[in-house]
Amino acid sequence: MQLTNRSKKTDKTPLTLAEKSYLPGIAKGMGITLKHFFSKKATIRYPEQTRYLGPIFRGHHILKRDEEGRERCTACGLCAVACPAEAISMVAAEREKGEEHLYREEKYAAAYEVNMLRCIFCGLCEEACPKEAVYLRHDKFVPVFTSRDQVIYGKDQLVEDMDDRYERDAWTKEEMQKLWEQQKPVNY
Amino acid sequence: MDSVFLIKSLIILGIFALSLGIAAYETYFERVIAAFIQDRVGPDRAGPFGLLQPLADAGKLFFKEDFIPTLADKWLFILGPSLAMLTALMTSAVIPFGDSILYDGHEILVQGIEVNIGILWVFGVVSLGVYGILIGGWASNNKYSLYGAIRAASQNISYELAMGLSIIAVLMMSGSLSLRTIVEEQHGMNWNVFYQPLGFIIFLTCSFAECNRTPFDLPESENELVAGYHTEYGSMKLGLFLFSEYVNMFISSAVIATLFFGGFNYPGMDWVYSALTSKMGEVTGHNLATLVGTLVFFGKIAFFIFVYMWVRWTLPRFRYDQLMDLGWKGLIPLAVVNMIITAAAELSNQPLLVNWIGLGVFIALLYAGSALMKSKKTSV
Repeated sequence: MQLTNRSKKTDKTPLTLAEKSYLPGIAKGMGITLKHFFSKKATIRYPEQTRYLGPIFRGHHILKRDEEGRERCTACGLCAVACPAEAISMVAAEREKGEEHLYREEKYAAAYEVNMLRCIFCGLCEEACPKEAVYLRHDKFVPVFTSRDQVIYGKDQLVEDMDDRYERDAWTKEEMQKLWEQQKPVNY
Repeated sequence: MDSVFLIKSLIILGIFALSLGIAAYETYFERVIAAFIQDRVGPDRAGPFGLLQPLADAGKLFFKEDFIPTLADKWLFILGPSLAMLTALMTSAVIPFGDSILYDGHEILVQGIEVNIGILWVFGVVSLGVYGILIGGWASNNKYSLYGAIRAASQNISYELAMGLSIIAVLMMSGSLSLRTIVEEQHGMNWNVFYQPLGFIIFLTCSFAECNRTPFDLPESENELVAGYHTEYGSMKLGLFLFSEYVNMFISSAVIATLFFGGFNYPGMDWVYSALTSKMGEVTGHNLATLVGTLVFFGKIAFFIFVYMWVRWTLPRFRYDQLMDLGWKGLIPLAVVNMIITAAAELSNQPLLVNWIGLGVFIALLYAGSALMKSKKTSV
């Protein structure tokens, strides 16, 4: 049964003299390799050169602040529940009087830890978060660690720096779709 | 006489150092060319453009454990790579790298030794070269090594025949075994490749086989025989095996350039010579012209080294029976035919014309023969 018409029939005619001498075939093959010799190289010299990984690359975690610099996280624990690797743990605390400029909600995370050895960078915490507080950065990797005491990231490493705010090219699905359509197809 | 001796020693030392240095950088260029052909950039970390890569490789090989298997024949195991390296380096002695240097009224040839059996010496040493591989593979006491060694031996024997026959045609034209005479015969664009296109193709193919390069790298075919004859080798012993392959590549490129591409001859050579001697004086001009010729010769060598690598990254390996078929049923008869055509051409007064006519007639006969075979088959 023929499923497609893409299949090619095997050519079983005996080789001609020129084909038997291999020489035309070799010349053709060497032409192809020479063409590649002068063609543009696909290599990206990694540590010096990086390539844009797209707006939805899941890298380093970040706890966002709002426009006034208040932490968005309300320590609801949904991210910890959603996390399939059980990498997230937190301690909730109640906001005191005079701390309104620090925390947006009445309850906040006094401690928020991500175990980077456990984290699988699935992004489910980001999806679960009702306060748009936790995100996985698209522009930064979690650096390589060399010992276990560097593995657990606390609030000091996670909370957004107001002087160097994290901006994404697309925050919503619709924006993402637009970005995608603008992307030129890349051949690798 | 002292200074003449000194200059000669310097030339010999220079040739020795150059063949080692070029072999070292061949490893680098092999990787770069391989990478370029595969749309990559190749080694670029060690030094500018990765130019220190051979040094890093050699350093790594030196510091690895020098291991000899318990059941291996220890002395033969050591002798293998030594012999391979020794024979690889010996051949460069007779290759004329340039014309001559005038110094103190003496004419010093830019060549290790000028002997009247030059090409015979190359052949003798090259056929000894397979002993390094054979001994190394046998002494390893390993089936795969032995397989590789046997393959190397049978392959080299098969292809040396066709190689020798194709050279006989060249020798008939020059009437001398001396490589310098062969080069001087080709003066003025009388390059042998124009007279001997078929002989050149046969010689090139056979030299690929002699150097154990792809598509004839069956002795070390890594996906069939682990690594072939050097499976059990490590450290600098392995390094010497690989290095000798690269030295061989350099030498065979030099031999191809000498035999078929006019050695240090280049178009417009006499004009350059007269211009230099009239401007700079007889002695300096002559020496400079020699230098230019030597540089041209090295350009030719570099081109053939590139061809070696180019072919390596283009063609897949032959199957063993295909290898033997090509050697015995293809190249040897062709070389004999080439010899007959050349003999006829040398007897006539128009060697160039008769060579090409002979070749044309031969190809026409081949076509007619194959057409005849075909029609017979279809009628049956």
